[in-house]
Amino acid sequence: MTPKCLHAIRRAAWLGVVLVFGHFPRLVEAFPQSPQTTKTEFLVSREAVGKRGGRLVLSLRAEPKTLNPIIAVDAPSREVIGVMQADLIHINRSSQLTEPGLAKSCKVSKDGLEYSVELRRGLQFSDGKPMDADDVLFTFRVYLDEAIHAPQRDLLIVGGKPIEVRKVDAYHVVFRMAKPYGVGDRLFDGLAILPRHLLEKPYQEGKLAQFGGLSVSPAEWAGLGPFRLKEYVAGQRIVLERNPYYWKTDSNGSQLPYLDEIVFLFVPSADAQVLRFQSGETDIVTRLGAENFSVLSRQARGYSMTDAGPGLEYNFLFFNLNDTGAKSSPEAARRQEWFRDVRFRQAISAVVDRQAIVRLVYQGRGAALWGPVTPGNKRWANTEIKHSARSLDRARDLLRQAGFFWKDGSGGDQMLFDQHSSPVEFSILTSASNADRTKMATLIADDLKQLGIRAQVVPLEFRSLLDRVNQTKDYDACVLGLASFDADPNSDINVWLSSGGTHLCNPSQARPATSWEAEIDQLMEQQLVAKSFEERKKSYDRVQQILDENQPFIFLATPDILVGAKDNVGNFQPTVLESYALWNVENLFLRNASEIGGK
Amino acid sequence: MKNAPRKQRLVVMLLVLLHGIVLVGGFVAPYDPIRQDRERPYAPPARIHFVDGQGKLHLRPFAYAQRLREGSFDQYQDDHATPIPLKFFVSGASYRVFGIIPAKTHLFGADEETVNLLGTDGYGRDLLSRILYGGQISLLAGLLAASVSLLVGTIVGSASGYLGGWTDSIAMRLAELCLALPWLYLLFGVRAFLPLLVSPVKAFLIVVMTIGVLGWARPARLVRGVALSAKERDFVRAARGFGASNSYILRRHILPQTKSVILTQAAILIPQYILAEVTLSFLGLGIPEPAPSWGNLLSSLQQYSVLSSYWWMYLPAMAMVPFFFGYLALSGTLQEGRGAAKIGL
Repeated sequence: MTPKCLHAIRRAAWLGVVLVFGHFPRLVEAFPQSPQTTKTEFLVSREAVGKRGGRLVLSLRAEPKTLNPIIAVDAPSREVIGVMQADLIHINRSSQLTEPGLAKSCKVSKDGLEYSVELRRGLQFSDGKPMDADDVLFTFRVYLDEAIHAPQRDLLIVGGKPIEVRKVDAYHVVFRMAKPYGVGDRLFDGLAILPRHLLEKPYQEGKLAQFGGLSVSPAEWAGLGPFRLKEYVAGQRIVLERNPYYWKTDSNGSQLPYLDEIVFLFVPSADAQVLRFQSGETDIVTRLGAENFSVLSRQARGYSMTDAGPGLEYNFLFFNLNDTGAKSSPEAARRQEWFRDVRFRQAISAVVDRQAIVRLVYQGRGAALWGPVTPGNKRWANTEIKHSARSLDRARDLLRQAGFFWKDGSGGDQMLFDQHSSPVEFSILTSASNADRTKMATLIADDLKQLGIRAQVVPLEFRSLLDRVNQTKDYDACVLGLASFDADPNSDINVWLSSGGTHLCNPSQARPATSWEAEIDQLMEQQLVAKSFEERKKSYDRVQQILDENQPFIFLATPDILVGAKDNVGNFQPTVLESYALWNVENLFLRNASEIGGK
Repeated sequence: MKNAPRKQRLVVMLLVLLHGIVLVGGFVAPYDPIRQDRERPYAPPARIHFVDGQGKLHLRPFAYAQRLREGSFDQYQDDHATPIPLKFFVSGASYRVFGIIPAKTHLFGADEETVNLLGTDGYGRDLLSRILYGGQISLLAGLLAASVSLLVGTIVGSASGYLGGWTDSIAMRLAELCLALPWLYLLFGVRAFLPLLVSPVKAFLIVVMTIGVLGWARPARLVRGVALSAKERDFVRAARGFGASNSYILRRHILPQTKSVILTQAAILIPQYILAEVTLSFLGLGIPEPAPSWGNLLSSLQQYSVLSSYWWMYLPAMAMVPFFFGYLALSGTLQEGRGAAKIGL
């Protein structure tokens, strides 16, 4: 059975559930007093039934910068916004497939250009004000406004033209695009529907980007997510409370969410987060490193640790492929000559011991990588890519073909020299605050020593590292990691397009510097407008193959998503997609002590 | 008072012994300090046995092979079926005695399996070897940096104390400036100016020179004090009366007076500078990996998981203790001696 077929079946099953319960909502015991006559068309959750009440405490690595989804880019902000906002169509973080959200249904026209979305009736924002098609129109006007610079804007430009949004009636909205969009209805995920009644005034005054900071009063801020703002204490915590107008129920008909409150504590370091969790101050801990995970597992009492499997983060080594031209020193120019040679890059890739990285850096809790698509991404990996084992001989052959040779160096060891008889040595940058990547670089340096290459690991403060990679371009090689927030290849499009700002080895090119970069550009454009999943997959498979042949990035490893939760947290089902533990926050609940015993 | 020289001799002997062990570290260390054994990360220190499981006594000490527990990453258990006898004066990884003479003989070792008496670090590198080689670097850094700052300090201090006047004022204001400089931030700055690719030797010299040059102020002020009082002594006045030149008086009469101050200062400064190197490398500003130094050996302790799981990673800190103890005791007895000498006058 093809994945597309499977997808269609699952979706049909889903829509079936929604249609059955969507049109005949059950009455809910604690249904809030609604000013409207329309009954809310609840979405019925399929997860296990839980129990109302309680507060859940978590820690965030940093204070969120904002609660405003239009300007949020940092992980803590996204995490908090994720539980306060909702989207029309949502990607289920567990199945990685789409499912209805605020939209009851979404129909695609035959030519693939029009999406007609039907909204649920009787939806209300967390301040009790009703939500309808006008809010959707306003939301997309804001996202598409160039003056706002919303990070979501790029995704809403198809074939060079912004998506057109048209209101049919209060519950029907039609989205029209210039070309068929390969992403399909996944496009709507993460586009939080904004409250027009609160934001229209600041928008017209041009102050929308400043609105929704953490100091906003709870009365002036609303969303459609399961929780709403209650209190913010600078430098300490942000407290969210249950949204009484939320639009989901459990299968018994009780309105979700179960929890009364969620508290996010601001805990600056990973180690401090571990200590807080260990002492019972927080209920859930996410984004754990493997070493801290095993410390917690060893002493587990009253909590349990989960290894959710490889996530979407991919770590890689890349070389400076920028055309630095006249401004670089002769030594740097010589090094660039090596890096530009694909055989040199292939040789490095052949000598890197990926299994050792998984074992020593991630304590075996991760997976070796030969491409950007991790085993955690179930649908998109190109299974044809060879997982070649480490081979010193192959590396030596490749280097010999490229004109390198070996002779005894000053220390009595065999050293590698290039055609101009200068020794091959370069530095590898890593972020000083990331112990994992520094360790990877140290292991790589030791692997390279066996080829007679002297590589020096240079841990730098993260900002000055990015400055060197993106601005001054004064570096040789660098170990970095990227984490896609969605399994779809479009979330990484900036990394693969030669014009992309995150095309780290040679960012923001005016026109592709090499033929393979040109081909990737073309394939990424193709998959963007391809109509079927198979066509898209074919294009993206080829992209992965080109990356494997040319090794602009030498992919290393991906860590497992490691999380922990107290035993009394119910419905806890961590996933490999962000936000790992909170994707089903409306279904989380707290058990009593007696119930845990029976578990 | 009488046993002060004896105590001093004892302390000096202890220090010579300790430095001697580190100096021939290549011989004492069983393995190459940067060789990674990727199958043995965080192996605990091996236990040395004389009696086996059957209660039989062996004259040759042995250790059991350590095997990873099934499904575990860092939990080892002794494999009692495979005893590894320790051998002495075995041939192993090549090294250079005093950095010059190539050699291969090690104090002890084992034939096939590795025995890590003090365990291994996260890359499976032998900790004992790393502590010994790291000691060479850290101690050398301390000694070199101390001699640099004592040299500069003595020259500036004695000149400014003896000459007085504006030379004195300028030198002392400079010294105060140096004392007030936040040296850690200065080093951050120095590091930012350097190219990324510096060889370990260069990096080492940069660390030594920076801490050495910055530290001249304290000895300079002390030497100046001695020079100030010495130049008023009758024999100095007499020498000047006979027409002796400034440099002759400095060399012949003033500098010998500062000897005890300089010695005491040396005994205080050396451990201080060892500690400075340790601090810098701990913060990642000193000797770069994979070369070991006591500071970068300790830097893995910044992680909570290492701190709480692998106690042997503290051992480099323990290795420093006898050295510091020795140097501080030495400066104590030197000061005592100075006091006794004064009373004797």
